[in-house]
Amino acid sequence: MASAPTALPVRRSFGETMRRDAWWLQPAVVFLGLSAFIVYSTWAAFQGEHYTFGNYLSPFYSPELFGDSGHALLGPKPSWWFSWLPWSPAFLILWAPGGFRLTCYYYRGAYYKAFWADPPSCAVGEPRKSYLGERHFPLILQNVHRFFLYFALIFLLILSYDVWRALWFVDPNTGEEVLGLGVGTLVLAMNVVLLGSYTLGCHSLRHLVGGRLNQLSRKPVQKSAYSCVTCLNKRHMMFAWMSLFWVGFSDVYVRLVSMGVWTDWRLF
Amino acid sequence: MKTAAFKIWRGDASGGAFQDFQVDVKPGYVVLDAVRKIQADEAHDMAVRWNCKAGRCGSCSAEVNGMPRLMCMTKLHDLPEDQPITVEPLKAFPIVRDLVTDVSWNYEVKKRIKPFKPRAPDHEDGTWEMHQEDVDRVMEFRKCIECFLCQDVCHVLRDHHKHEDFIGPRFFVYAAALEMHPLDEEDRRDDLRQEHGIGYCNITKCCTKVCPEGITITDNAIIPLKERVVDRAYDPLAKLVQLVRGK
Repeated sequence: MASAPTALPVRRSFGETMRRDAWWLQPAVVFLGLSAFIVYSTWAAFQGEHYTFGNYLSPFYSPELFGDSGHALLGPKPSWWFSWLPWSPAFLILWAPGGFRLTCYYYRGAYYKAFWADPPSCAVGEPRKSYLGERHFPLILQNVHRFFLYFALIFLLILSYDVWRALWFVDPNTGEEVLGLGVGTLVLAMNVVLLGSYTLGCHSLRHLVGGRLNQLSRKPVQKSAYSCVTCLNKRHMMFAWMSLFWVGFSDVYVRLVSMGVWTDWRLF
Repeated sequence: MKTAAFKIWRGDASGGAFQDFQVDVKPGYVVLDAVRKIQADEAHDMAVRWNCKAGRCGSCSAEVNGMPRLMCMTKLHDLPEDQPITVEPLKAFPIVRDLVTDVSWNYEVKKRIKPFKPRAPDHEDGTWEMHQEDVDRVMEFRKCIECFLCQDVCHVLRDHHKHEDFIGPRFFVYAAALEMHPLDEEDRRDDLRQEHGIGYCNITKCCTKVCPEGITITDNAIIPLKERVVDRAYDPLAKLVQLVRGK
């Protein structure tokens, strides 16, 4: 490696900059937005109730592996669960979408700035002199992002199935399931659309479907997939935020309908 | 004719300070016009590097109002008029004098990146076949004018002075242009991970933000290279697939 030049300018102190614009605004908005989501999603995960309403299942609890609702795949709360541990079906699954967002290239850049001031913003002085980057533990673990992607793709299929189930309502007169469309169905469908736009625009997916190749022209299917992912990838930040907001709103919707605060209107 | 206030950093490696100037400016003036006028009228010994005055040579890189910019492409009417315009030298490289920095470190770095290594010719006459769509992807990287604004804004160099361990965004773009070239068969992934320190990049996207050529440095060069490094060093499944395929 080329040796470092001598007599580099003196490092600037924390927050020191000659920038005139509101450089602090974007990291502040990111900090507030992510903090609000983390607080709400943690609270919602600990509740362990009001996460279903009829054929609707909150995305924070999907797939419900064990639980007391009719959506549970493997039965009620497992007997092996430690009695002293708080229980919620969300605990078993939230690590996957959480890990996917935590290791996402967009979110990494955003929360390094907003939560760790590394740097606070472009060309603004930092609070620390030492720096390890993503080259050493613990941040070297960010390289597992593609494995969380695999889980995220599975979750996308599961949430799509939840939308299908949200189309079938029990007729109170006959007790049979009939096709219908509620506002909740649309909320859950929009959630899948936005999560899909975010997940399918992932940088790791872009690499895996074709970015790793130097001669894409020889692989027409992979070339098409690469073009589609690239198209979504250009709006990755936008879909990251829209999907984050909507997945939280979907939980709020199911919760409030389940609690009787909101009424789920049936369109047909 | 309007008057604009400037604060221009004057000094050398031993120290310096901002000096105030007032300059008459005409419509359409860029920062470099004003700086040259100051140099011609008031500060004849002020050191400033420039060449094409058209955003093609990358010589007049400086920090205008705290952000790395080409002086020749920064219009005065795009800057706030209520405060003096500050002009400083780049912060990631040693100061020579006033607005001039020594960027020679970059040229030493470039020599250490493995050069283009084409595969054997496709035809007996020594020629290759390349498809335009494969070339298009790396053409973006060839737009780089080596102004080193991306190097300057990168906090790994600017604030942490990791010049010995990290090559910076400009040279990840250069490496990407070679690594993704449809004819190239060199493998630079181990170098990128170890000697070139790609793991130090924490994806702030500041390099993309300041690039005067609009190269999507982070998304199209650095992250794809990081993913190739993951293939090589951090993905056991990818290794298994390679093993099965016998590659």
